[in-house]
Amino acid sequence: MDPRLAGVRKRLAGIDRIIAVTGGKGGIGKSVVSVSLSLLLAESGLRTGLLDLDLTGPTDHVLLGLDFGEQFPSEEFGVDPMLVGGVRFMSIACFSKQSPAALRGRDVTNALIEMLAITRWDELDVLVLDMPPGLGDTSLDIVRLLERAEHLVLATSSRVVLETVRRTLDVLAQLRTRVLGVLENMKSDSSQAVEQLASRFSVPYLGSLPEDSSLELATGTAESLVRTPTARALREVISAVFPQVRGS
Amino acid sequence: MHEFALADAVISAALETADKQNLSHITAIAVRIGELQQIDRETFEFALKEVIPNSEPRLAGTSITLEVQHASFRCRACEAEFTLDQTRGPLVEDQLEAIHFIPELARAFIRCPDCRSLDFELLTGRGVSIDYIEGE
Ligand SMILES: Nc1ncnc2c1ncn2[C@@H]1O[C@H](COP(=O)(O)OP(=O)(O)OP(=O)(O)O)[C@@H](O)[C@H]1O
Ligand SMILES: [Mg+2]
Ligand SMILES: [Zn+2]
Repeated sequence: MDPRLAGVRKRLAGIDRIIAVTGGKGGIGKSVVSVSLSLLLAESGLRTGLLDLDLTGPTDHVLLGLDFGEQFPSEEFGVDPMLVGGVRFMSIACFSKQSPAALRGRDVTNALIEMLAITRWDELDVLVLDMPPGLGDTSLDIVRLLERAEHLVLATSSRVVLETVRRTLDVLAQLRTRVLGVLENMKSDSSQAVEQLASRFSVPYLGSLPEDSSLELATGTAESLVRTPTARALREVISAVFPQVRGS
Repeated sequence: MHEFALADAVISAALETADKQNLSHITAIAVRIGELQQIDRETFEFALKEVIPNSEPRLAGTSITLEVQHASFRCRACEAEFTLDQTRGPLVEDQLEAIHFIPELARAFIRCPDCRSLDFELLTGRGVSIDYIEGE
């Protein structure tokens, strides 16, 4: 018996909602949305956590502009998340710093369980999970270990993205996961393809975020990230999901 | 793995088992853990005392043993087999600390002592398991 699983259940017991930002395709804005969503929720007074689950390619610390220096997260009865922009944040990069780690499937599962077992989130209203691209070990483990996670599926209207997102939605449906809805990113035209895809799977279409040339400049500063056109649109979208978040 | 997280996990698992099997007292718990986790025995024992609720009669006087399984590796590139001790030389304290928290970070810092490859198998010495929980 792996006692870590009981440990994980206990560690996550004080968390009200878990939202996994996913999509299957790489580079469609999962990390930008995870980080911005966390910052906006925290700004609205919700106790918010962010866990970067892209274990081989973590980037949330870059978006947040976190410099780990020599320090490890503080520890007492477990490991404390770091605090940035009001968000409690944890990433494998808090430990590996600059060093890359190439992981095979079983390592991914083990590292994920380990992080969930050691991190002390305490009480949270929302824990946001930034998922890696692909439909692999991390996705399956999150579905298996965190049944109550709600999946926020990101998509763009590009045909290659739609093809992958379609497969992701299909798998999520077969696994009987909860899909919060589909969020369209980098919207630059009037295509309705993403909306149509959502309706094919009978999941809500949550709205869209614009193609936003200011994002790169805002990267690395939490205060700037919540003031981008993307964040403004995202605030509107999530105000429908979280009544505590007020749109403009 | 962090000693407190381990202690917490072991006690949670034991209590879940006691609930499931209707045990009124847990007499013994045997924990096996990989060397890679670098669990400090004293810290673990201290952590157990902290996490066992005082008001929990089922865990009064329970014997909890910890067995450490030696870590061994096999390189996928040159097939050399090696131990954690053989790789310790170049590791600095921070790297060992990172591996303690997340043992998979061995892949970030440990290299095959023969060919320097980062692609190796962990033959033994990873993982946390409870071999048995005894009770009545
Ligand atoms: N709405 C947008 N407008 C313009 N650029 C965007 C938008 N959203 C994200 N980007 C940019 O796209 C790039 C990829 O974003 P991000 O890293 O968030 O994607 P991802 O889905 O997390 O990628 P991966 O699959 O590699 O984890 C980044 O440079 C980001 O700034
Ligand atoms: Mg990402
Ligand atoms: Zn080798």
